[in-house]
This record gives sequence, structure tokens and C-alpha cells, in this order.
Amino acid sequence: MKKTKSKWIKTMTGAAVAASMSLVSSVAMAADTIKVGVLHSLSGTMAISETTLKDTVLMMVEEQNKKGGLLGKKLEAVVVDPASNWPLFAEKAKELLEKEKVDVIFGCWTSVSRKSVLPVIEELNGILFYPVQYEGEESSKNVFYTGAAPNQQAIPAVDYLMNEVGVKRWVLAGTDYVYPRTTNKILESYLKQKGVAEKDIMINYTPFGHSDWQTIVSDIKKFGSAGKKTAVVSTINGDANVPFYKELANQGVSAEDIPVVAFSVGEEELSGFDTKPLVGHLAAWNYFMSADSEVNEEFIKKWHAFIKDKKRVTNDPMEATYIGFNLWVKAVEKGKSTKVDDVLKNIIGLETPNLTGGTAKMLPNHHLTKPVLIGEIQEDGQFETVWQTEGEVPGDAWTDFLPESAKIEADWQDPKIMCGNYNTETKKCSGQNY
Amino acid sequence: MIKQYWGVLLVLFSCLLSGLYASPAWAEDAEAGASLESLLSELTSSSFNKKAKAVEAIAALDDERVLPVLEAMLAGDLFYRKSDDKIVFTASAESGYQITDALTAEDLGAVGKREVKKISTNNRLRKQLRTQIAGYKLLSKKAEIRLAAADDLIKTPSPEFLEVLQGAIKKEKDNSVLKALKVARAVILLQSDNEVDRIQAVKDMDGFANKHTMAMLTALVQQNEDGSYVESSELVREEATSVLKGLKAMETWYKFVEDLFFGFSLGSVLLLAAVGLAITFGVMGVINMAHGEMIMLGAYTTYVIQLIMPNQIGASLIVAVPAAFLVSGLMGVIIERTVIRHLYGRPLETLLATFGISLILQQLVRSVFSPLNRSVITPDWMSGSWELNGFLSLTYNRLYIIIFALMVLFGLMLLLKKSFFGLQMRAVTQNRSMASSMGIRTGWVDAMTFGLGSGIAGIAGVALSQLTNVGPNLGQSYIIDSFLVVVFGGVGNLWGTFVAAMGLGIANKFVEPMAGAVLAKILILVFIILFIQRRPRGLFAIKGRFVEG
Amino acid sequence: MTSQSRLAWLMNDVAGRRLMALILAVIIILPVLNLWVPKDSFFHVSSYTIGLLGKYLCYALLALAVDLIWGYCGILSLGHGAFFALGGYAMGMYMMRQIGDRGVYGNPLLPDFMVFLNWQELPWYWYGFDNFFFAMVMVALAPGILAFVFGWLAFRSRVTGVYLSIITQAMTYALMLAFFRNDMGFGGNNGLTDFKDLLGFSLQKDTTKVALFVCSGVALILGYLLCRYVVSSKLGRVLVSIRDAESRTRFIGYRVEHYKLFVFVLSAMLAGVAGALYVPQVGIINPGEFSPINSIEIIIWVAVGGRGFLYGAIIGAVLVNYGKTFFTGAFPEIWLFMLGGLFVVSTLFLPQGVVGIVQQWKDKRAEKKALQAGASGEVAS
Repeated sequence: MKKTKSKWIKTMTGAAVAASMSLVSSVAMAADTIKVGVLHSLSGTMAISETTLKDTVLMMVEEQNKKGGLLGKKLEAVVVDPASNWPLFAEKAKELLEKEKVDVIFGCWTSVSRKSVLPVIEELNGILFYPVQYEGEESSKNVFYTGAAPNQQAIPAVDYLMNEVGVKRWVLAGTDYVYPRTTNKILESYLKQKGVAEKDIMINYTPFGHSDWQTIVSDIKKFGSAGKKTAVVSTINGDANVPFYKELANQGVSAEDIPVVAFSVGEEELSGFDTKPLVGHLAAWNYFMSADSEVNEEFIKKWHAFIKDKKRVTNDPMEATYIGFNLWVKAVEKGKSTKVDDVLKNIIGLETPNLTGGTAKMLPNHHLTKPVLIGEIQEDGQFETVWQTEGEVPGDAWTDFLPESAKIEADWQDPKIMCGNYNTETKKCSGQNY
Repeated sequence: MIKQYWGVLLVLFSCLLSGLYASPAWAEDAEAGASLESLLSELTSSSFNKKAKAVEAIAALDDERVLPVLEAMLAGDLFYRKSDDKIVFTASAESGYQITDALTAEDLGAVGKREVKKISTNNRLRKQLRTQIAGYKLLSKKAEIRLAAADDLIKTPSPEFLEVLQGAIKKEKDNSVLKALKVARAVILLQSDNEVDRIQAVKDMDGFANKHTMAMLTALVQQNEDGSYVESSELVREEATSVLKGLKAMETWYKFVEDLFFGFSLGSVLLLAAVGLAITFGVMGVINMAHGEMIMLGAYTTYVIQLIMPNQIGASLIVAVPAAFLVSGLMGVIIERTVIRHLYGRPLETLLATFGISLILQQLVRSVFSPLNRSVITPDWMSGSWELNGFLSLTYNRLYIIIFALMVLFGLMLLLKKSFFGLQMRAVTQNRSMASSMGIRTGWVDAMTFGLGSGIAGIAGVALSQLTNVGPNLGQSYIIDSFLVVVFGGVGNLWGTFVAAMGLGIANKFVEPMAGAVLAKILILVFIILFIQRRPRGLFAIKGRFVEG
Repeated sequence: MTSQSRLAWLMNDVAGRRLMALILAVIIILPVLNLWVPKDSFFHVSSYTIGLLGKYLCYALLALAVDLIWGYCGILSLGHGAFFALGGYAMGMYMMRQIGDRGVYGNPLLPDFMVFLNWQELPWYWYGFDNFFFAMVMVALAPGILAFVFGWLAFRSRVTGVYLSIITQAMTYALMLAFFRNDMGFGGNNGLTDFKDLLGFSLQKDTTKVALFVCSGVALILGYLLCRYVVSSKLGRVLVSIRDAESRTRFIGYRVEHYKLFVFVLSAMLAGVAGALYVPQVGIINPGEFSPINSIEIIIWVAVGGRGFLYGAIIGAVLVNYGKTFFTGAFPEIWLFMLGGLFVVSTLFLPQGVVGIVQQWKDKRAEKKALQAGASGEVAS
């Protein structure tokens, strides 16, 4: 009997450890700091992009603490690694909110990771600041979208190409996931409204991390030699970009013949490229590191000091994180409370300077006003701004260029609406989880 | 249609056209001598519009110093000195630039990077520059420069160069250049109001492989929405149709050759990625999940070598090959001696251990080199393409990689079949205990074999660094394909690995134009699954007693 | 046959029986501590813990399915994640249909992702998923049919060893690429998400979560008993002999491919069930679940726990996943070193996994007592 007993203990430990550990740690809780959750992948495929954002949040927290913290308390960053694994994002969001009891979360990069944490954030009533440009079609009560909506990036870029460069033929190339799909749907319908014929639009999708672009570039070349000015609108995702641009350069497609305007290639991606063959290709963002303003200079200086590397670049999602963080701080100070409901109420309408010299304002649909900049890639991996919008463009959660989406609007201020998916035809609010 | 075409032209070159009709580049200009200097100083403006106007005026000057200035500006080598706004040519030197005065060609010595500022250009400006330069170059003495100029003019029909072209055609003796010049002229004449001119233009385009002229001809024979033809003349249309037919046949043939090349190139990438695995997995039976990370280490070695020798990028790649072999090979030997050695006879558990190692190595480079991608520079001799004609051009990097992959495979086969080490290696893998009793140090041979396989993976990393991202995930993206290739070819058979890699590459590239990139890959995978049903031991199955392993 | 010997398959398995008892205890006690103990009490179990454990239980069921074919029949499948994901998708499709007109666009016919991509009608393969029972049948049937077709082809032509492993990997890889395609109509990269309720119970309610947790536990116990029954039956003996000497078994006169096919399909169905229970608990199913790396991880759970011991697979799955949860929270920057190190160390020092330690110790005692070798028939090769 003794023999079996020891085995009983052995087998039990495995399962029991899990339960006991989480029991103990959920009890130990300190309330004298304000906790800021950081939910960015530090390993796996998305670590390339997201690690920088984690560092940005840590820098902002450090800055704030130097200024004396917030409401007299110190800020404390809680970093977890969701490892580019989408279900793990949901689990970690739950961990941050339930176990660590954070007051706010900065995190996510891909749409699918946001979709994955969305139910958790809404159910546990947390706040998520999402700092990346995305496809729109969403406005959650608990999420603030500090990156660009399609009307703040894609559409101005196409306008620029059409009006300033005189592009008549369009290649919409993207990685096969929801952001390119939606963006291209929007652009296709926009281009058709502008009188571009079906045969002058070529749409192409490739899998994630596609590395063999020979055939596609050859097709683009052929498509572009039809005598009309052609441009590529690229929603190709990070990893596939290097081989794509390399192939373009090697097959002799220069930016003068067929410019490529990219929505996912920023300074940081460029720092991993050999930029020589890319010179002259375009990108549309709301921020470039080369932006000429005092705040930006200061931000870059702080970043270099924090990361202890003068060569590191800044990029658009970092600016979005910066704006999000500042807006949150302002909202907390305004209401003297970190309570989620107070912040949700107070943050709308707040303004903070953005890094390009204007101001970012939080709109009732939880999106921001942003300037749109078009830049040409320079040999040093920076962008030279060649065009920019007059003022800031307000972000539109629900695009007007898709029939089903045009009738929906989001407003978290108007007490008559208070909803992210308000259907202006049926006067109903659909798809809410609360 | 023609009107529309003009519209495009007007938008694109409006500034250029207006300027040049008034004062063509080759016209006498009284003020010329006086103003090159003053025009140059306008280039320091930050407004692209001002710069465009200045370039236009500079190009209108008859001055032999104009061409070098325009070319330097296009190449991004034209700078101005911040202290006195003097326009200078630059060449990279250690920690700065070697500068020469653009006007007097006087050597101004070396300066620091911050003392000069580049005269930046944008797409529109570069295009303008290129056209202007092409006009100048038509009169060059060298045939290849004239040919390149003609090609540029075919791409962007520029009526203002018609006279120069006519003159050049009369003087031209080289047949291939003559053809190109005629086509360049034809491209302009196609817009003419004169039917005879247009027919001659179409005839000139016959047999000239070029996508632009083909697109123009295609546009000619199309109907407008109201049923009328774009080209009003029946004769021109007939001529165009017959010329097009010939061109299309040519294009189809070259398309086939191109697909074949694409296939070989994809195949050689697969071969490079898989051939190391063919040793560690195929010959030794280690299910080596860390194989991808060996490739990654090779790519990172290339990056480090380029950091060490930043001024010899061309040579760095050559140095990187043995260096990557050593780094990955050494890592392989370490892994074999510390972990795998204990797992012989338990092949499935090597999967677990090497998977763990692969996680550790990934995190290692992430900690050492940061999770960001590293930029590996492509040397000049590997960029660009070899243009056989307007329909077919083979990119140099792919071409070299095909050759490189074949060299690696050949070298490896030689090593296995002809060297003493190869003999020992085969002896150990075929019958360990017998080899041991013959006096072979099996442990040493195991370590060397694993090192060899890993080292070759490292070499593959050097090649892949020229094609794709160098980052912590590099290995992950090749590991599955590598296993598929080795298994499809037949485990333990290098020849099989070669045939499998090339076969899969070519099949993929021929399916892709029809099905799209994603579907092509899926179809290939399904094909492999079904093929293994037919030949459960791969393409080239090993016959013999250890089949029932 | 007496009732005693009829239950011998269960009675002989002391460790397994204990583990089942433990799981039973966990799924009874934890819900009580979660639902009825006040939140501020020391004994309160958060729904975070419940959700986490529920996830582990699903993984454990999946590991069990893999151990059944790998540990007892020698089929190393590097594509079992595919069956898990298919089960998950079947469940996800049902829950998508349950949303009905409560989607953001309020479209009663189409799921949201189809609406904004301008789909006009529901693809045919979505029909029937409004019905819970149909969906549940598909949970087992979809992976089952795939496994049947795949297995029938592979085993008939005697694809074995690494060749089989690699083509199972090719299968899950192909499926991943296919499901990533938005044109497939399964939501592309985002997969299926934004679920609202299951059989009318809101997924946000604690009671629903606890119920799902209990269901996962029950499924695991039933799955274990089923597997245990199979491996202790005569069929199980044949499976082990196939594992140890396939040709010999064939020469004796057994139709090896039939046995293999049966156990492969059974294992795929179990994996499907695990997937179906997993999806409502994590709230998303997307093509990432098909990724070959995920399938390799399952193999690692089994190997860490102890291949060839059904309860070992369960322990391994829970242990490795708990390690992952713990490390990613506690050492977000360096956790891969630890996990990777764990795999290397456990291969080197625990050749038969965690339960192997116990087994070795037991064997030694047995030897000492000079009794006849006991349960050594289960030692992995």
C-alpha cells in the first residue's frame, strides 16, 4: 500500500501544481501602484514588430514615473509574452486583467490577435489601446484604435497616386488575410467609383511569409507594360516584403516605372532591408521618423537614450503607442481615476500633440484624427515626405465604400447611440456583447 | 485612345515637354556658358518643383559637363557642400566622402558625412533625368550605351527626340542597335497623323521582343466602346495583327523558358535548404528539427561578416561561405557531442531534443541580435538581371544560386563517394558495430557527419540571406519544405534529394500562373501525399536490408 | 467470464485509475470553489484558473489521442493538430450560426466576415451547422473521414515510419494553407471568433464556463476509459505487436492495415472532440491551429509525459502547458530558453518521460524481489 501511495503523490503533483500556483498568486495583490499591462509578442513570428512596442510602453512608463507618476502613484508595467499565438493572446489578456488586475493594456499587432482578446476585454471590462493601422469595421467599447483606419492611410495614398502621379492601372497586391482583403475591397470599390475599369485593376494574394516572388513580379511587369502608368498598392505583410522588393529590383522594375506604395513597410522594416533597390518606392503612414518637429526630435532622443542604441529607428505604431499612452494619462488625470468606466467617459474629445506637429483627438468612435503622409524611401532607410494632407483626417471605423458597412456608425458619446455598430437604417445596435 | 494616350504623356511630362519644345537640349543657346553655375546652385533648393525646372534648364545647355552632372544626380552622388553651397560629385571614402567640384573637376579632398548634403531626388525627377540622359546618350560612341538609351526611349516615348533619333538611325552601323533605334522611332511615329508613317512604325516593331511595343500594338487593334477601332486605318490594323501574332508566339516561348528558369531557381533554393538535412536526417537518421536554425546561423554569419568588412561587400559573400560552414558546422558538432550522441538507437527522441535546441537557438539570436530583421546587403555582382531580350531576363542572384546549389551538391557527392572520410561515414551508417571493429572511430565519424550536414545548412543560409529576411524565424520557414524534399526524394539518397527539389520547384512554378501561389503550394503538397502512396519509400528508395528500419 | 475479469482492463491500471479519480475530484471541487465561494475568500478559484485548466484538459485529451496511435501502434503522426482543428472548426461553425442576426452588420443569413467581403449567400458546406446535433456529429465525423481516407491510402500502401510522419505533416500544412485562404469561406487568418452562446447559454457567464470545464473533464475521463479499453483488449495486443514488429504481425495473418486504420480514425475523432471543447473555452479558432509546429508540440507533450502510458500523455500535456503559461508570464523575455532546455534535459535524463521515473523505480523493486516482470509489457521501444 505504501508503494502505491508514493506514486499517487507523484501523479497528483503535476495536475495540482497548476491549480495551487494560480490560487496563491491571485491572492497576493498590491494596490499601491497603477498597473499597465503590455501584451505584445516577444517570441514567434510577430516578435519582429511587436518587441519595439513593448519597449516603447516601458519607456513611456519610465518617463511618467520620472514626472512623479500618476495621481501620486507609481506606474508599474506588467509584461507578458503571448508568443504570436492567438489563443494565447486571449489567455494572457485574461491573466493581465484577472490575475494581475492591470488598469490598462497596451498591446496586439495583428487583427487576429485583437479579435482574439476582444471578447476577454469586453467581458472583464478592461481597456486596450491598439496601436496599429488596421482594416476598420470595428469599434468596441473597450478598445481605442490609435492606428490608422483605411480612410487615414489607404484612400489618401490612392488619391495621391491618382492625382499627383497620374496612375491609371492598379495592382492591389496583398498577403491573404483580413486587413489586405478588406483594404483591397475598399480600394477596389473606391477606384471603380473614380472610373477605373475592371481590366485596369489586378488583385493578387499570397500566403504569409511568401518568399518566391518570381512569377508574381513577372506578372506585375507584364501588367505594367500596357502603356498606362501603373502602380502597386501593397498590403504585403512584413516578412514577405524583403524578397518581394529584392525580386522587383532584380527584375529591373524601378520605382520610376512602377512605384509600389506600401502600408506595412515602415522605418523599422526598412532597417532590416538592403534599401538601395527600394529607393523611390512609397509608403503611406501617419508618422515618419523624418518628420520635422520639436516633439519628434525630443521623442527620438528619449528613445535612443532608453534603448541605448543610436541606430534604432522610430515608426508609426510607436507614435500610435505614444499618443495612446498620453491620452490615457490625460484621461486618468482629468477624472482623477483609473477606473475603466471613468476613463472610457473622460477620454473622448481629449487632445494631445502628435509627433508630426499637429494634434490627435480621440473621437467618439474610439479612433483618432491623424494627418496622412506619403513618403518616398531614401537610401538611408528614411522617408522623404512628398505629400501630406492639409490637416488631420478623422478616423472612420466603418468605411463608406462597402455597402453593408456604409450604413453603420459608431458613437460612444451620444447617449442615444452609445454603441459601436449602430445601424442608421434600422436605428438598431447590433452585435454588442453587453 | 490616342488622345487618351497623349493625356497620359501630358500629365507625366508636362513640365518637360513645355520646356523642351521651346529650347531643345541640342539647340544653340547663347546664355549657356554663363548660367551653368547659376543653374547648378538652384539644385540646392528643397522644392522638387524648382529642382525640376533647374534640371530642365541645365539639360538645355550645350555643355559637356551637363551629362556627368545629370548622371551623378540620378545615381544620388551629387551633393552640395554646406559651407559654400558648392555642387560636388562624391565617392564614398572611409568615414565620409571624397569630393570633386562638379564644374571644374577639381579634387576637393575628403570630407565628413555631415559637411555635405545630398541633392535629393524623387520619382518624377529621376524619370525626367533618365529621359534627358537618354537623349544625350543616343549620340554616344559606345554601342551598348546607345542601345540602353534606345531602350529608355522605347519605355517613355518622347517626341522631342525624334530628330535626334532620325540622325542616329542614319549613322548607326550596329544592326541590333539600329533595330532598337528604329523601334524607338516607331514608338513615336505610331502617334503620327500620317498613315504611311504608322504602317512603317508597325513594321519596324516586327520581331522586336519588347513588352511596351507589344502593349501598344495590342491597344491599336482594340475596339472602342462604340464599336469603332482605336486605329482608324484598316491597313495599319492588318499589319499590326500580323506583327502581333509573331510577337505573341515569341512571348509564349520565352514565357515557357522563364517559367522553367523560375522552377529551377525555386528548386535550387529547396535543394540548398534540404541537402544538409539529407545528411543529418537522411544518412544519420536524426529527425533534426534544428536544421532550420543551422541555416539561420549561416545567414547571421553572413551579416556579421558584412559588418566586419563593410567596404568589401562583394568579397564578403565569398568569405561568408566558409565562415558559415565553420560556424554552423561547429554548432552541429557541439550539439552532436552533447545531446545527440546519447540518443542513437532512439531516433524519435532526437525530434524532441532537437526541437528544444531549435527553440534555444532562436531565442539566442533574438537575444544577441535583437528580434528585428538584419539587413544583409546584396553585392553589385548579384543584383540586376541578364536581359536576353525584352521578353526574357534572368536575374543574376537566382542564376548564381542555381550554380551554387549545383556546386554544393556536386562537392558533397564527391566527398561522400571519393574521400576516405566519405567511406568511413558510409561504413558507420551502414553497419556501426562492424565499422567499429574495423577500427573506425565511430563517435568521431558521427560528430563529423553531423557537423558536415549542419555546415552545409550554414552555407545554404548564406545563399538564402540574398533572397529573404535574415531574422530569428528564417529557419522555421524552411524546415517543413526541407523535410518534404528529403522524404519525397527518398531518405538517404542525395540524388533523390536533387531530383525531388528540382521536380517540386518546377512543378510549383508551372502550376502557379494557373492556380495562384497558395493553391499551387497546396496542390504540390497533395501531390506529394498521393505520390508517397505509390512509392512509399520516396522517389529513389534504398534497397537492402535496413529498409525495414 | 466473471464480472471481475471483464473489468480487468480497468482494475489492472492502478495509476490511471488514480489519475481519473483526481481529475474527477478537480472537476467537482473547483467549480464549487469558483461558483459558491465568495470572491475574496482564500479558497476562491478564479474563472481565469478554470479557463486555463479547461484548456489543459482539452490538450490532455488530444495528447491521449496521439499516445493511442504513437505509444501503442507506432504511428508517429505529425499532423494530429489538423484533426483537433477540424473538430474545433465544426464547433466554431455551429457557434457562428448561433450568432444569427446579432452580428455587427445584423445580417441574419451570413456571418460577419462574409458580409464585409461581399459574399451573397452561404456556401453549401455551412448548411446544417445551425443544428447542434449535426454539428456535434461533424465534430467527430469530419476528422474521422479525413483520417479514414488518409489512413486508408497510407496504410494500404504500407507507408510507414518517417515517411508517414512527413506526409501527415504535409497534410496539416496543406490544410493550414487552405484555411488561410479567405476564399475557402472559413474566415481566413482571423478564423471564427466573436462567439456569443452555446445551446443558448452565454459564453460570458461563469456557469457556462464551468460547465464547459466539467464537460472537458468528463470527456477526458471517458476518452481515457475508451483508450484503456481498446489497448487492454485483444485488439490492443495486436496493436502493440504491430508497433514492435509490423512485418511479423502481418505474416502471422493479421490484416495490419485494418487495425491501424481503426485506431487512427478513433484517435482522429478523439482529437476532434478535444478541439470542439477547446474552441468555446478560448473563444477563437483559426488556421494557426493547423500549423505543423503545433502538431510537433503535441508529440512533445506525450514524450515528456511518457510515451506508451496513457496517463503519461495526460500528465505530459498538463505539465508542458503549465510550464508554458508560467514561463511566458514570469520570464517573458527568456522563456524559450527554459522550455527548450526542458525538452533537451527531459530527453537526455528521462528517456521514458515523467512517468518513466516511477516505472523505473518500480521495476527495480520488482527485480529486487525477484518476482516475475510485471507491467513491463508497456515499456516503450
